[in-house]
Amino acid sequence: MSDIILETRGLTKHYGGVHALEDANFTLRAGEHIAVVGDNGAGKSTFVRQITGVEQRTAGKVWFGGDEVIFSGPIAAREAGIETVFQNLALADDLDVPSNLFLGRELIKFNLGPFSILDHKTMRERTQQALTKTAVKIPNLSSAIRNMSGGQRQCVAIARSASFASKLIIMDEPTAALGVQETAQVENIIRGLKARGVPLILVSHNLRQVFDLVDRIVVFRRGRIVASLAKHETDGNDIVSYITGVKGSEAALEKPGLT
Amino acid sequence: MWGNDMRVAMNTAHRRQAPGEVNVLIGLIVIAIIFEALGWIQPAWRSDVAAQSFLLNKLRLSIIIGQVAITGIIAVGVTQVIITGGIDLSSGSVVGAAAMIAMSFAQASANARAVYPYLTDMPIIVPALVAVLCGALAGVVNGGLIAYTKIPPFIATLGMMVTARGIASWYTKGQPISFPTDEYTVFGSGMHPVMIFVALAALFHLVLRYTLYGRRTYAIGSNEEAARVSGINVERHLLLVYTIAGALAGIAALVLTSKNLTAQAGMGVMYELDAIAMAVIGGVSLSGGRGSIVGTVLGALIFGVITSGFTFLGIDAYYQQIIKGGIIVSAVVADVARQKRAARRA
Repeated sequence: MSDIILETRGLTKHYGGVHALEDANFTLRAGEHIAVVGDNGAGKSTFVRQITGVEQRTAGKVWFGGDEVIFSGPIAAREAGIETVFQNLALADDLDVPSNLFLGRELIKFNLGPFSILDHKTMRERTQQALTKTAVKIPNLSSAIRNMSGGQRQCVAIARSASFASKLIIMDEPTAALGVQETAQVENIIRGLKARGVPLILVSHNLRQVFDLVDRIVVFRRGRIVASLAKHETDGNDIVSYITGVKGSEAALEKPGLT
Repeated sequence: MWGNDMRVAMNTAHRRQAPGEVNVLIGLIVIAIIFEALGWIQPAWRSDVAAQSFLLNKLRLSIIIGQVAITGIIAVGVTQVIITGGIDLSSGSVVGAAAMIAMSFAQASANARAVYPYLTDMPIIVPALVAVLCGALAGVVNGGLIAYTKIPPFIATLGMMVTARGIASWYTKGQPISFPTDEYTVFGSGMHPVMIFVALAALFHLVLRYTLYGRRTYAIGSNEEAARVSGINVERHLLLVYTIAGALAGIAALVLTSKNLTAQAGMGVMYELDAIAMAVIGGVSLSGGRGSIVGTVLGALIFGVITSGFTFLGIDAYYQQIIKGGIIVSAVVADVARQKRAARRA
């Protein structure tokens, strides 16, 4: 049990009468990369929002790093070590790359409360290191994010998460809006995380990407987890039949631990 | 392989807003040169004046700077508010209220009709503090309403604009307050207003560029939601920014009363619009996130040059207002066009 990073038991979320997430049991082990797939409205993003504290769950329990947790909000989740790359990119467009990377956790030279002097130099150097580590190429660090391509912006957002999170990174459709080359760059960053042993939950529609990158695939359908399969014991057709409901939910019931 | 780019990036480290400011500076120079040229050829249509230089006149230059110093102090605060994506319409009225209240603590005992006869001949630190505190208090109310009740800054500060003007009139039932102590005149005498303006502009330029306060101000204006999920306490920061803007309006009231030796309820009317105009002409984006104090100072100088230039050319005050309005709108149009261009590039 000690290598379990994240575990949910009976995680449930109702929006009024809509049962968006029903009794989700999920386990993520150290260094593991898990893909979360499913049709639109299957409960993927709802699941992510309960784990990261963006919303408060209706029922169920969550353990993170061995402790039971209830996050009051995304900031509490982040402080605990869960970094999320949001679908809508939480970047400040008018700030440059180091400012965005360190947004909300700036390094300071002299502590004067809100008027603390920023340590521009160190933040710039660490940004350079972080981008090198994640193999992100940004030509001009002091250019405002506004002037960058979608791929570069996504890379900055991911590099931000990757350089601070040691425990868990969650990415919600990180390549949905990107071109082929940009997607490849983001996928390289994910491989780098795998090599460094950083666990990842990847929400994706792209099965090619999922089979390329992750160890295990969890399928959501109508708010329930209907399958949790190791990559080598399944294939694309198999996953699609779970997504579409051709293969039933009894598989999930047979494996209560879903590990 | 990208080492060279990195070095270039390091060299341009803090010049986030440089291009915008350079444009404003070019605008300032072009406008000054136009007035200079018109100065030499104006006998062609005016028989009563000789050909003369616009710029090579020390008195005129000091008037240009002097007349924008007080609104410039307000603009330093308004710039920060606009960078957060907000607006402050109350600064002119806050100047009026702070002027009245501060002046009542600055009166000399020689004045038989002092508001507080038992509080005359106070050391100047008392009215100075009162002015700053009155301004800051108005700012706390503005910022508190905007941050915690989520009403739009336009509405919150519009309310304060009316309320503060009311307080200014109510305070002495419309009577002006005059006869300050001799010491009190120190803030407004000679080039002191200009020195205060320059010192405050320099201070807040450094604060915006090198401190956490500045970083948060830009981040909130750029993407409030991103700032929030990044752990910035947006509400507390907005409260602080509006408080500082209010305190700066209080300082402007102090300098203004010290210069005029009197306070009236109608003081500072429309100053908020001049201050906003200076910021906007200086490249501060009304949609937030972009702009700088340097830009606003340049915008203030453009404002001063135009006002002084119109007088220099003998243009009627009515036309001055009309043309100034056009310039302000043009500055906003230019800002919107800039943003559209940037959006296309991205």
